[in-house]
Amino acid sequence: MPSTVQEAPAARLPRMCAADDTMTGAQSLIRSLEEAGADTVFGIPGGAILPAYDPMMDSARIRHVLVRHEQGAGHAATGYAQATGKVGVCIATSGPGATNLVTPIADAHMDSVPLVAITGQVSSKAIGTDAFQEADIVGITMPITKHNFLVTDAEDIPRTIAEAFHLASTGRPGPVLVDITKDALQARTTFVWPKTANLRGYRPKTRPHPRQIREAARLITSSERPVLYVGGGVLKAGATAELRDLAELTGVPVVTTLMALGAFPGSHPQHMGMPGMHGDVSAVAALQKADLIVALGARFDDRVTGRLDTFAPHAKVVHADIDPAEISKNRYADVPIVGDAREVIDALAAAVREEGTAGDYSAWWRDLIRWRDTYPRGYDVPADGTLSPQLVIERIGRLAPEGTLFASGVGQHQMWAAQFLPHDEPGTWFNSGGAGTMGYAVPAAMGAKAGRPDRTVWAIDGDGCFQMTNQELVTCALNNIPIKVAVINNGALGMVRQWQNLFYGARFSNTVLHDGATNAATGSTRGVGSAANRGTRVPDFVLLAEAMGCVGLRCESPDELDVVIDKANSVTDRPVVVDFIVHEDAMVWPMVPAGTSNDDIMAARDVRPDFGDAADD
Amino acid sequence: MSQHTLSVLVENTPGILARIAALFSRRGFNIDSLAVGTTEHPDLSRVTIVVRVDDELSLEQVTKQLNKLVNVLKVVELAASDAVQRELVLVKVRADNTTRSQVLEIAELFRARTVDVAPEAVTLEATGAGDKLDAMLRMLAQFGIKELVQSGAIAIGRGSRSLTERGVRETRTLRITSGVARTAQSA
Repeated sequence: MPSTVQEAPAARLPRMCAADDTMTGAQSLIRSLEEAGADTVFGIPGGAILPAYDPMMDSARIRHVLVRHEQGAGHAATGYAQATGKVGVCIATSGPGATNLVTPIADAHMDSVPLVAITGQVSSKAIGTDAFQEADIVGITMPITKHNFLVTDAEDIPRTIAEAFHLASTGRPGPVLVDITKDALQARTTFVWPKTANLRGYRPKTRPHPRQIREAARLITSSERPVLYVGGGVLKAGATAELRDLAELTGVPVVTTLMALGAFPGSHPQHMGMPGMHGDVSAVAALQKADLIVALGARFDDRVTGRLDTFAPHAKVVHADIDPAEISKNRYADVPIVGDAREVIDALAAAVREEGTAGDYSAWWRDLIRWRDTYPRGYDVPADGTLSPQLVIERIGRLAPEGTLFASGVGQHQMWAAQFLPHDEPGTWFNSGGAGTMGYAVPAAMGAKAGRPDRTVWAIDGDGCFQMTNQELVTCALNNIPIKVAVINNGALGMVRQWQNLFYGARFSNTVLHDGATNAATGSTRGVGSAANRGTRVPDFVLLAEAMGCVGLRCESPDELDVVIDKANSVTDRPVVVDFIVHEDAMVWPMVPAGTSNDDIMAARDVRPDFGDAADD
Repeated sequence: MSQHTLSVLVENTPGILARIAALFSRRGFNIDSLAVGTTEHPDLSRVTIVVRVDDELSLEQVTKQLNKLVNVLKVVELAASDAVQRELVLVKVRADNTTRSQVLEIAELFRARTVDVAPEAVTLEATGAGDKLDAMLRMLAQFGIKELVQSGAIAIGRGSRSLTERGVRETRTLRITSGVARTAQSA
C-alpha cells in the first residue's frame, strides 16, 4: 500500500551513485543508524556483531561509547533517551552480550523509554544448534520489548532499523530489539532507506474522542474533590505547559508520580506532592479522599494505589492514556480516554473553557492545605551528629547549578531524592520506577551526560546500588563524560534493612554491606561478612573512584557538607565520586506498608495521620 | 467464568504464535483452545482463541493486550449467535463384532464418518460445535475410547461480511518518523 512520501529536508541526502550502492549488511546497518538519527550509541563488540564494528569506525556521524558491561550500555541508552528526547541505542554481541542487555531492556519496558537494542546473532545456518555464544534473545526479550525482530537477510536491515526506531519512539514509547545474524551483516546488499513502515498492525491513536473529553470536562467542573493524577506519560508527551494551563484554569490540585516528578513544578501552590508508598501524606490523602481522579499518563501502579480494593473509594475515574490496555487494567475507568497526553490535556482545557462554569473546590482546598501543613516532608536529624542522608540530598539539590539533571538508583536514596530534590523543571529526573533496577544511576547518568554535555549531571546512588554498576565510571573517565556521583553510604542495603527493621523484628539478614559506616548502632552483626575485614570500609569508595580515573571525595559530618558538595560541583573535567557516610538507621517516611490500604499511611514511625472526617462522606 | 471466542487476524510472521502464547501465559489469561491457519491472503493468518474470563473487564484486557502486539491486525469476538463454530475430533473406539454396529449407529446419529476400521476398533471423524462433540464422546465412552485427538475451535461470522476484508482495509502504511521522540527535554 503506497502512501505519500514526506521526507524532512534535513534528512535528504545526496544519493550515492549506483556502483556505491552495494555494501555489506554491516555497512547498511551503520548507514541505517545514521539515517535514523542516532548520534551516540553505547556498546561492546564481540564475535557475532564484529562485522558491524568495522564500518562503525568510519562513521563520522555516530559516536560509539565503549562501555565496560552491556548492562551499562542499556541504561546509558535510556539515560541518553530521557535527557535528549531521542531514541537511545545500545549494541551488544550474541549470547552473553545480548543477555546482559535483558535488565536494561526490561527496565525501559516498564518505564516506557524509547530504546533500540541491536544484538549480533550467530549465523542463520547455526541458529538452533547451540552454537558458541548463541542465545535466543528474540525469544528471551519477547515479553519485555514493545516489539522485536530477527534479521537473517541483509536486504531487510534498513527497513527493520527504520521500523524499530518508529516503534520505539511513537505511541507509548518502549524498547525494540533488533537481532541480526552474522551472515546478514557480512552479505552484500543494496542500501535503500524506506520511506514508509510496513507495520500494518500498529496504529497508535493520539487524538482523544471528543465525547469522552466533554464528559471528563463536565465531571471536572461538577465534582467537589477532584485531583489531577499525573504520570510519566505527561513528560513523554511533552505536555507540561498544557498541564499547568489546565491545572491553573480549573484550580484542581495536582499529584505527580515518581515517574512524573518535574511535570508540574514542585513549588507550585497547587502541587500536593508525590502519591504512593513513600509519597506525601497530602498526595496520598488527596487521592484517597477524592470524588474525581483525572489520571493523565499514569497507570494505577500498585506502589501508588496500595491495596487496590480500598483505593480512593469515593472517586469516579477519568483515565487518559495512549495505551488503551492501561485503561481499566487495575482500576475501572468511568471515562476512558485514549490519546496522546498533550492532545488530551489541550482538549480538556478547551472543553472546560467551553463549559463556562467553574467547580467549587473551596472546602476541598481547606482539607488539602490542612494535610499539607500538618504533615510536611521532613526528617529527623541524627542526635549523634552524623550525617542525615536526607540532608545530603537536599543540599545537593540546593547547591546544584541550574538545569542539573539527576539520576537515581533504587532504594531509600531514591525515595529521598524524590522527596528532597527540587523537581521544578521537566525532564531533569531519571530513575528506575517500574522495574526498580538497582545500579541504574551511574550508567543512566553517563548516558544523560553524553547526550547533554552542557548540563551538570548528578547521580544519587546508594552504596549497594553503586557496587552493581560503578565500573561505568571508567567509561566516563576515558570518554570525557564528567558525571558526579553521590554515594549515600549507610553501609547497608538500606530499604531492605528498613523493612527488616519494621517487619522482621530488626533481624538484619544479609543487608549489612560493611559495618564501618557507623559503630554498628544496633549492635547486630548478623549478615556481616568475613571477620578479617570487619569494621573497615570495603571497598573504600574514594580510593575506588581514584583508581577509576575520577576525583574521590568523602564527607562524614554536616559541617563539611556544603564545602564538599561545592568542591564536587567545581570539578568539570573529570567524574567525581563523593562518599557521604550517613546515619545507617534513617528511614523513609511516610510509608504505606506493602499490601495495606492507603488509609493506613504512616507519616512517621507509629504516627498515623488524622485526616478528620470532613471529606469522608 | 465465561467462555468467549476471539478471532485474531495476524501477519504471517515467524514467532507470532509464540508471541500470542507467551502473552496469555505472562498475563495469566486462561486459554481453552487455540487454532491457527492461513487465510485467503497468503501473508495473513487467523488465530481462533477460546478464552475463559472472570468478567467483561478481563475480556477487554485480553483483547487490548492482543491488539498491542505489533503483528496483530484485528481482534474480533465472535458471539455464538452470530457465528458458526466448529471443532474436529478423531476418536478411536473399541469395537469388535458384537459392538461395531452400535458404535456405527452412534456415529451416524452424530454424522461422524468412519475413517478406519480394524478388528478391535473403529476410528471416527466428527466435526461440530463443542457440545455436540462432547455428547457424542459421552455416548461412545461405554464402548471404551482408546485414543482421542481434538483440534482447537475455529469460527467464522455469519452473513456476507468478511473479517479479513475489514482487517486488511483498516490497515494502512505509516510514514516513518525519524528517531526523535517528543519529550519535555527536547528543547
